[in-house]
Amino acid sequence: MTAEAILFYVFGALAVVSALGMVLNLRNTVASAMSLVVTMVSLGAIYLLLEAYLVAAIQIMVYGGAIVVLFLFVVMLLNLSTDEFPPGKQRLIKLAFVIAGVAILAQVLIALGQDPLLTAQPEAVPEGFGGYRQLGLSLYTDYVLLVEMASLLLLAAIVGALILAKRKID
Amino acid sequence: MLPMDHVIALSAILFTIGVLGVATRRNLIVMLMSIELMLNAANLAFVGFNRIWSQVEGVPAIDGQIFVLMVITVAAAEVAVGLGILLSMFRNRDSVNVEEVNLLKW
Amino acid sequence: MPIEPIVKVLFIFAVMVMGLAPIITWIERKQSAVMQDRIGANRADLGGVTLLGLFHPAADVIKLFTKEDVVPAGANRVMHLISPLIAAVPAIIAFAVIPYGGVYQFGDTTLNLVGADIDWGLLYIFAIGSIAAYGTVIAGWSSNNNWSMLGGLRASAQMISYEVTMGLTVVGIFMVFETLRLSDMALAQDTSFRLFGFLDLYFGLDGWLIDHVRLPAWGIFYQPLGFLMFLAAIMAENKRPPFDIPEGESEIIAGYHLEYSGMRFGLFFMSEFIEIIIIAALTATIFLGGWAVPWFSTDWIIGTLSPWMGVGFATALCILIHFSTFMLKVFFMIWVQMLLRWSLPRFRYDQVMSLCWKILLPLSIANIFVTGLVLLWVKG
Repeated sequence: MTAEAILFYVFGALAVVSALGMVLNLRNTVASAMSLVVTMVSLGAIYLLLEAYLVAAIQIMVYGGAIVVLFLFVVMLLNLSTDEFPPGKQRLIKLAFVIAGVAILAQVLIALGQDPLLTAQPEAVPEGFGGYRQLGLSLYTDYVLLVEMASLLLLAAIVGALILAKRKID
Repeated sequence: MLPMDHVIALSAILFTIGVLGVATRRNLIVMLMSIELMLNAANLAFVGFNRIWSQVEGVPAIDGQIFVLMVITVAAAEVAVGLGILLSMFRNRDSVNVEEVNLLKW
Repeated sequence: MPIEPIVKVLFIFAVMVMGLAPIITWIERKQSAVMQDRIGANRADLGGVTLLGLFHPAADVIKLFTKEDVVPAGANRVMHLISPLIAAVPAIIAFAVIPYGGVYQFGDTTLNLVGADIDWGLLYIFAIGSIAAYGTVIAGWSSNNNWSMLGGLRASAQMISYEVTMGLTVVGIFMVFETLRLSDMALAQDTSFRLFGFLDLYFGLDGWLIDHVRLPAWGIFYQPLGFLMFLAAIMAENKRPPFDIPEGESEIIAGYHLEYSGMRFGLFFMSEFIEIIIIAALTATIFLGGWAVPWFSTDWIIGTLSPWMGVGFATALCILIHFSTFMLKVFFMIWVQMLLRWSLPRFRYDQVMSLCWKILLPLSIANIFVTGLVLLWVKG
């Protein structure tokens, strides 16, 4: 059991526990958002273990530092912090959903454990893998169109969010 | 070395938790956060597979991580617009319970 | 048993965090007193010896430890408990990537005076800084108090706005030094360049003045506008005056740390001062040359000292010289921040936001553009 594997299991367990904490928390929305932050940061740590360094930094900065702050902002502005919905009349359907979901997950996990590609050891990583130089080179030579499309998408999102959040369009 | 099947298994578990979150909860904010969790699970799968196929004849191949950057961009855009929709819905009905948005239900 | 990282961690904790932060509280009191033409705090004594008020940091710590710990009624106890930790931990772990010295050879062992020499060190500091925003937000929300909530909301908006600007202002320096590794940045500033070299390169002139007037190759000479913008953005990130809208003492009582007393408030207080040290260390590393002595490169120092005391002792003395230079620059930047804190009035909230989005963001993008043009011109 190398140190990497131990760290992966620790962060993986933390990610699963905080994801469950986010979904199962029935009273406090802010606590759900904080559990989501813990999930994001542990996933960032797992990306570091998988030698994707720039992606890990961007995950913590963008997901953990901006997107969930946006959630918290909306929750605090609208004072939505407590969840007081009465129990629904569809409990059986939800239970069926959960059982079906867990069954499918069990099937997927069994299939993953028998796959020869995944159970083999991954080969050593080449020099410069996952660093910002390689990603920057690739982004601006092979995938430059993706960068332009991403900027257009973000522009559309900014305009859309502005219009949706205005009180009246004058 | 990391056990790669456990990495993809973790991605599957997180995705399932996200799907069950969207299917079970009625609070729109928790549903949006569960969608973010699903996107993160997909990102983990991308990075995991990129680690397996990390080179093409000695040249590093980081296409999976480019995908992840694009997914993070799309997720950020979607959260902004989604929270805008949530704000409009809250202003109209003073609640974020999705079961109350049922005017089009037959 | 990896002894080297443990020694580095202990050094960072003992010297930089626990040692410097109380000294900075003393510096703040004494510098503000000198600037305002008064004596300052000098009553704390130990058997009649007041020692210029240097016992006040210890007195402050004792006072904060012994105060009653109050959690307001109706507050969320768990969030109220963990938010000082979320504010303090990112400030402390950002010290891991700051280079306190260069790379030194002792026979066959290399000594690298960085806690963690990661390739994307600057990005690590920004990622950690974005987590620190949660401390203030959750503190403001969990206190069940109008003024705290206002402070927390203002803090979150201010911090996430200035993170964007902070990242863009250092892109210029990133383009000049072509690395994000902080130890490589400090190493690249270890030389000097000719101030009038452009006369030689483009006009073919020659002269003693052109060859011998040299400036140290510091980031501030390559990117002066970047330095000013980075200092503004990172001081706004730290919520220090003049950007202390979240804890605006005359408007919303004490903002997000209103309902905190005793050591929890002490942790917020300490985290702000530890961030002052981080700002000083980061600015010193990126813009002021880090551990490099101006005009005297490492090889020159070791080369001149070796004939007198041998290479081993010369390297040790060089380590001392470099570390003292770094600490000198850190203290200089702390002095500059204290100067700015005690002379500028507080910005209004809309002024803070328009400074970020309408002034600093376009200026930093223009800075990147101009830097790119100049680099293209200079490097062919």
